[in-house]
Amino acid sequence: MNRRTFLQVGVSGAGGLLIAFTVGCKDKDAPAPAPAPTPGTGDAPAPARPAGADLNAWIRIDPDDTVTMLVPEAEMGQGIHTGVAMILAEELDADWATVRAEHAPADGAKYGRQSTGGSTSTRGNWDALRAAGATARAMLIAAAAQQWSVPAAELTTEPGAVVHAASKRRARYGELAAAAAKLPPPAPDTITPRAPGTYRLIGKPTKRLDQRPKITGAATYGLDVRLPGMLFAVVARPPVVGGKLVKFDGTAARAIPGVKDVLQIPTGVAVVATSTWAALKGREALSVTWDDGAHAALTSEQISKTLRDLAPGGVTVKQQGDAPDAVKRARTKLAAAYEVPYLAHVTMEPLNATCDVEDGRCTLWVGTQTPSGCQKTAAEILAIPPEQVTVHSTFLGGGFGRRSQTDYVAEAVHVARSMKGPVQLVWTREDDTRGGFYRPAALSLCEGALDADGWPTAWVQRIAAPSILERFGPLEGGVDATAVEGVENLPYALPHLLVTYARPDLPISTWFWRSVGSSQNAWSTECFLDELARAGGKDPLEVRRRLLKDKPRHLAVLEAAAARAGWGAPLPEGRARGLAVHESFGSVVAEVAVVSIDAGAPRVHRVTCAIDCGTAVNPAQIEAQMESGILYGLSAALHGAIHLDGGKVRESNFHDYPVVRMREAPRIDTVIVASTDPPGGVGEPSTPPVAPAVCNALLALTGKPVRALPIRLG
Amino acid sequence: MAITLTVNGAAREVDAPPDMPLLWVLRDLLGLTGTKYGCGVAQCRACTVHVDGEAVQSCQLPVSAAAGKSVTTIEGLGAPKLHVLQEAWLAEDVAQCGWCQPGQLMSAAALLARNSAPTDDDIDLAMSGNICRCGTYNRIRRAIKRAAGVPDAGGTP
Repeated sequence: MNRRTFLQVGVSGAGGLLIAFTVGCKDKDAPAPAPAPTPGTGDAPAPARPAGADLNAWIRIDPDDTVTMLVPEAEMGQGIHTGVAMILAEELDADWATVRAEHAPADGAKYGRQSTGGSTSTRGNWDALRAAGATARAMLIAAAAQQWSVPAAELTTEPGAVVHAASKRRARYGELAAAAAKLPPPAPDTITPRAPGTYRLIGKPTKRLDQRPKITGAATYGLDVRLPGMLFAVVARPPVVGGKLVKFDGTAARAIPGVKDVLQIPTGVAVVATSTWAALKGREALSVTWDDGAHAALTSEQISKTLRDLAPGGVTVKQQGDAPDAVKRARTKLAAAYEVPYLAHVTMEPLNATCDVEDGRCTLWVGTQTPSGCQKTAAEILAIPPEQVTVHSTFLGGGFGRRSQTDYVAEAVHVARSMKGPVQLVWTREDDTRGGFYRPAALSLCEGALDADGWPTAWVQRIAAPSILERFGPLEGGVDATAVEGVENLPYALPHLLVTYARPDLPISTWFWRSVGSSQNAWSTECFLDELARAGGKDPLEVRRRLLKDKPRHLAVLEAAAARAGWGAPLPEGRARGLAVHESFGSVVAEVAVVSIDAGAPRVHRVTCAIDCGTAVNPAQIEAQMESGILYGLSAALHGAIHLDGGKVRESNFHDYPVVRMREAPRIDTVIVASTDPPGGVGEPSTPPVAPAVCNALLALTGKPVRALPIRLG
Repeated sequence: MAITLTVNGAAREVDAPPDMPLLWVLRDLLGLTGTKYGCGVAQCRACTVHVDGEAVQSCQLPVSAAAGKSVTTIEGLGAPKLHVLQEAWLAEDVAQCGWCQPGQLMSAAALLARNSAPTDDDIDLAMSGNICRCGTYNRIRRAIKRAAGVPDAGGTP
């Protein structure tokens, strides 16, 4: 399985939504599902409202006109609840002031596979969401047509109401919803989504629907779930990668006031208590003997050496012309090795899941990128059908890919099955940093050649990186598509290109990390291009213009970012600009960084960003995601590194795994390039270009290339 | 042991070991989950509350040290009506995932209480203890200035 197959599963899951939509309407006589519970005692209970009518899997309309969008995608900060609600509301012709959003429950029959990742939520569901909104609008019109005994063709809508101009009649959606929900949905070929020029909501900067609860403390995240009689659990896990439990003594732990139980689960020893604090004290008191296993001597230096040993002998991924020969024959050539470390995701809310197992049923309350995966994981552990597992999705305090794993959910299920009543399983920050799923380390050996005029003509890139995708099955052609993305499809017009990939066998678990392989490959390719430009005496913008002349989207963002950043204009003394452009997740982003050196370390003053993401559904959230992705990438560029010492992860918390703070945060300007193409991704594409933009500015400033991350100026 | 403290204006008695950090007393015993756990070692300030008006990392404060004192959490900051900073947060649409924002707001409120017109340097100094993984720092800066009525020059070139 490659990354594309992985993404297509998500997309076909979305395609299944339309079919499911019809299925959902067959259940028109079933009572409307109860609203998701809002556990948490810090919040005032929501006032009871009359039950709403479900027009389809996404849209519920209450008699009081409240329109609730049931969003199957995870809201982890990226603003997807607002974006999905805007698309649905656009086609429904809803009054935006009446629209709210909540997480849909895990329901494969209605929503297909529910998994949020790969920046697919908008681009993968664009057609299905518009059709769902338009279909629901047609049903409301049909209901009004029946009530008024007029042809549906004479009716139209205005935000939140169906109107009959001829008789000046008007009915609010809330008045029509119950009748509309009983009607058969119209045939898909009778539905025409709005034309781009007529959008009322799409393209309009729109504030988030979830802002207010998040700034008052009322929003419920997984770690905020509070249930009657709930207990708290933490787990002691083997400190060495691949280690195993030999034996434990829980006597001292059980003596800690509040500790209720100490039990073995597959990943270690769980301590269950009446508070998080008591569970932590209990864990400290445990006496555990571990078998460190085969990797107790593993170090980062060994991993680095393994990558260097393997990289020259990889399998061919992409070949045009004869790049090695062209390099050999060239008068001007360059070789450079670029290396990045493992990275942790470090979501702001540490991992957690709350689980109750009772009478062959399992209920989960969890912030997850994959409700479907949680359902499957729990069902497999408990040997029950997935339908017996209810998943209540909460807000996510960050995801970045980490919450598309279900390891922490599995632990919660294992503990809860042994306890009476619900258990909240909590990872500390240390557990999280050492928790075993990382962005792969990677090495790229690059060689390039210039022609007599100093323009690049040949490019060899030999990549060695642990595979993420091998856990899904054998790699196609021995290549992990995520490890070569952005290089395999290098956008530059070069007569000679060779890309190879070598897969080391290393025991560190790797996983999708915001922007995945592009997070390291944009850096190596864009830094190497700047090194080649410099060797040829060319301006970095000029060389990209020439090599991207057949790539209009790349050129457009490049020109937009360069113009906005004042490329070539004077800067204060000691500052320089660097440029990078990269396509990922269906969007193209260019960034210009302004950098100086302050006390021997890079200081990034400003990043100017231009994105072509096709149709910009919510420009306000696109800007927010550009800022977010840039600072996420900057944290990695300036600080991020997970090291192995004696088979153990060295880092543990923010003091030794630092991230960008306020004083290091550059100002960010964003330009959104106008487009009516279908939407591209937004959550990830701004992360890849920032590291190379910063390093290219340092190259301009110092004349010395940066060839390892995080940046350490010698 | 029974410990009495004032939380958001109301007297609360909790039965907790004296070394239990205020963070877990608030979250696990009192159900006030607006105060967030992020690191447990005073590195991220997601757990910031006010104790007798001062910003404090509740993950480091044993509940016994808060006995008899007045604690304000995010739930109390905006009650009965939103704090001027919360209004500014809404105007700048600051929060993304939102997990760190209660702590950000409590730190910012302590800053504005002692400095009604903070400069960029003042904001860097007061707010660099609070980590945000979604990268909302620019918006936080603008929101603080909006609340203070200080224009934002937009940084340097």
